[in-house]
Amino acid sequence: MSLLELHDLHKSYGPVAALAGVDLSVASGTRTAIVGPSGCGKTTLLRLIAGFETPDRGRIVLDGKVLADENGAVPAHLRGIGLVAQDGALFPHLSVADNIGFGLPRNAERRAERIAELAYIVGLDPTVLKRRPHQLSGGQQQRVALARAMAMKPRLMLLDEPFSALDTGLRASMRKAVAELLEAAGITTILVTHDQAEALSFADQVAVMREGKFSQVGTPRELYLKPKDRMVAEFLGEALVLPARIADGFAESPLGRIPLDSVERRDVARIMLRPEQVMIERASRQDAAAAQPGLLYGEVTESEFAGASCAVAVKLLNSPDPPEAAAIGSTPLMLRRPGIDAPAVGDVVRIRVVGTAHVLA
Amino acid sequence: MASSAGTMRQDLAATAVRGRRARRRGVPWIAVAAVAVSLFASLPLGFVVVAAFQTGWETVSALVFRPRVGELLTNTLLLVVLTVPLSAALAVALAWLTERSDLPGARLWSWLAVAPLAVPAFVHSYAWVTLMPGMKGLWAGVFISVIAYFPFLYLPISAALRRLDPALEDAAASLGLNPRRIFLRVVLPQLRLALCGGGLLVGLHLLAEYGLYVFIRFDTFTTAIVDQFQSTFNGAAANMLAGVLVLFCLSLLGVEALVRGEERYARVGAGAARLHQRARLGRMTLPCLALPLATAVLSLGVPFITIGRWLLAGGAEVWRMDEIGLAFGQTLFLALAGGLLATLAAMPMAWLSIRAPGRLQRMLEGANYIAGSLPGVVVALALVTITVRVALPLYQTLFTIIAAYGLMFLPRALISLRASIAQAPVELEYAAANLGRPPLRALWATTVRLSAPGAAAGLALSALGITNELTATQMLAPNGTRTLAMAFWNYSGEIDYAAAAPYAAIMVALSLPLTWLLYVQSKRMAGR
Repeated sequence: MSLLELHDLHKSYGPVAALAGVDLSVASGTRTAIVGPSGCGKTTLLRLIAGFETPDRGRIVLDGKVLADENGAVPAHLRGIGLVAQDGALFPHLSVADNIGFGLPRNAERRAERIAELAYIVGLDPTVLKRRPHQLSGGQQQRVALARAMAMKPRLMLLDEPFSALDTGLRASMRKAVAELLEAAGITTILVTHDQAEALSFADQVAVMREGKFSQVGTPRELYLKPKDRMVAEFLGEALVLPARIADGFAESPLGRIPLDSVERRDVARIMLRPEQVMIERASRQDAAAAQPGLLYGEVTESEFAGASCAVAVKLLNSPDPPEAAAIGSTPLMLRRPGIDAPAVGDVVRIRVVGTAHVLA
Repeated sequence: MASSAGTMRQDLAATAVRGRRARRRGVPWIAVAAVAVSLFASLPLGFVVVAAFQTGWETVSALVFRPRVGELLTNTLLLVVLTVPLSAALAVALAWLTERSDLPGARLWSWLAVAPLAVPAFVHSYAWVTLMPGMKGLWAGVFISVIAYFPFLYLPISAALRRLDPALEDAAASLGLNPRRIFLRVVLPQLRLALCGGGLLVGLHLLAEYGLYVFIRFDTFTTAIVDQFQSTFNGAAANMLAGVLVLFCLSLLGVEALVRGEERYARVGAGAARLHQRARLGRMTLPCLALPLATAVLSLGVPFITIGRWLLAGGAEVWRMDEIGLAFGQTLFLALAGGLLATLAAMPMAWLSIRAPGRLQRMLEGANYIAGSLPGVVVALALVTITVRVALPLYQTLFTIIAAYGLMFLPRALISLRASIAQAPVELEYAAANLGRPPLRALWATTVRLSAPGAAAGLALSALGITNELTATQMLAPNGTRTLAMAFWNYSGEIDYAAAAPYAAIMVALSLPLTWLLYVQSKRMAGR
């Protein structure tokens, strides 16, 4: 059952179109991530859903109730949608406890207990309740902001890059904790971020946004493995895009004959592989010189150690006569290998492709 | 590449070490200068205490606990208690309209809400009295005070409104608060610092102002002290009234410190705040326009029209150029000399508070803060008494009046200087020292040069204050001195309003550019 429906949303600031027709359906109890480069309109979209701005055109429906359309908009404070902003937006003049209880009526029954309970849920130590926001660390501030939003028992929670101000290690653990917490509370969540890894690991549904529109919407796996176009492919991770001749469900490419993941009617197309699909194993120069047909060899031209992983550039030594072979042969393949056993510059390797190739539109 | 970066870092470390050593050698002289200035600034306060001791308890209680003092206390208290909240309400409303709503011509209204500062308070009073001769008493005092002083509240409040992070208001809306409750529970508490600071400034001006209340025959401590001084010179009665006035000032400072509290209102988190959305007034636009319009008419229209009317009525003959020229020259000289002294005296303090903050610096700053909040009449009374008793040759000399100006306007100079020194990085001082300049010359070549604009602004602000100063000038200036303010005061005292008008016009004309500077600075400080 879908909780939130967006239909054809448009919003312009003067001549600049921030949103140019956005459609989205968010199922109840799920997590959706909206990801895109900065300036793509994702924050505007979030502000429209929250009710801080009104759309020029289009409709926002929450739980069957129209929040905004041509006839007007429900103001933000009547929507019952939770929000956690980029840096928490905690009220600096109130204590942590008063921040959490801000939306609760002041004479509400068991207000203090409720605040303590919320603090416990988000993993805040009870001793911080008396402190002021500026005395907390970045991660604690985000927990307070989350508790404050959850106090209102919203059906929908909007997260506006809430982890971007945290350092790398904390970011991943906070993301996991927040995801579990919101799932346990049964709150539908929309996360806005520019970090693709965050989007892929957090959400059930990912929407890639560009220039005020969604390029593609789907599950993380679908988007990563079957991106619609090159932009989506490269935005969600490193990609090898190769020209290929298509025949009988196979692609004839500079990397040999690779099975396709779908039926394709075109003769010539661009295919995409993720670098982790390309395997390399050490070989000798003699093997490469006397290569049997179907076997592919390359030479390592760069090897950049970066701890756990190692970026390796491999130049093809031989290639089955495909179109544009010469051009491809001179552009090295950029691969990522485990740092422990990375080949050195000058090594000759045998190249193998696993899995299927995806045909780009 | 890596090795050259390493060497560079070593160089920097060496610079820092050398710089620190240089600073250690430089500090004592500057600290000594700052202490000397602070001691001198504490003279008036010391005078009040010593005077009370010397007078003896019986005389003190006889002079203080009498109906006249009770009456003055009631008057002054009511004036402060009524004027400050009314000014604050007006300032908040205007600031919200000009900063947060889509009021047409918001920038113009914003400037017009600051411009009344260019009109000296006693000129406001003069304008109203000549327009409505019946104006007198408490309510007239409150009315004219609000009009003359609300910009002191408008400036910090509008700046604070502009700086507030809109994300806080968004957060409150998402927690179910309607716009009115957001204003009360989120916006207003954030304005507390601005309200306290501006309110204190207005309160101190109310306590110190003389001319405004004489026009409308409303007695406050300051007018009573000047009356007493004029009739009995420096008798114990005037001194004791000054003592009560100082207590009043100190309690105002105390109340402000109490209300302001220790809370922090800075933005939590990093990054730049997004811009505010302006509220749509819609059908309320016209009624809302009435407020800034009425304020501008009352606070600018009335003085300008009155001065213009008297200038017209007086014709060419009120422009006695020899007299005006002399007053203008004297005023300019006193203003520049006093401003220069205030700025020079503020330099060691300002430098210490940025470069070597610590307990000594905080103590000195506190002393200067209290000294700067004392009304001109107390400073003047102190200097009169001290020169007459201890250094008679200095009584009513140029030296004494300029020293008084230096005392009274030191805080203004200090604030501008401190802001600009804070922007001159200490690394430059280190670099100059590293290139072989001795400490004080390194300081001169870098920080002093870079803070010149701040010093100029401080000098200008002090000079503006001196140009419009009346009370201390009257009591301390050498015989034969006739500044613009004094000439204006004498003519209007003789009910020759037409002859006073040119002086009022010149004072306003001199103050307008500086008021503009103040306005532009407040916009810039808020990042726009």
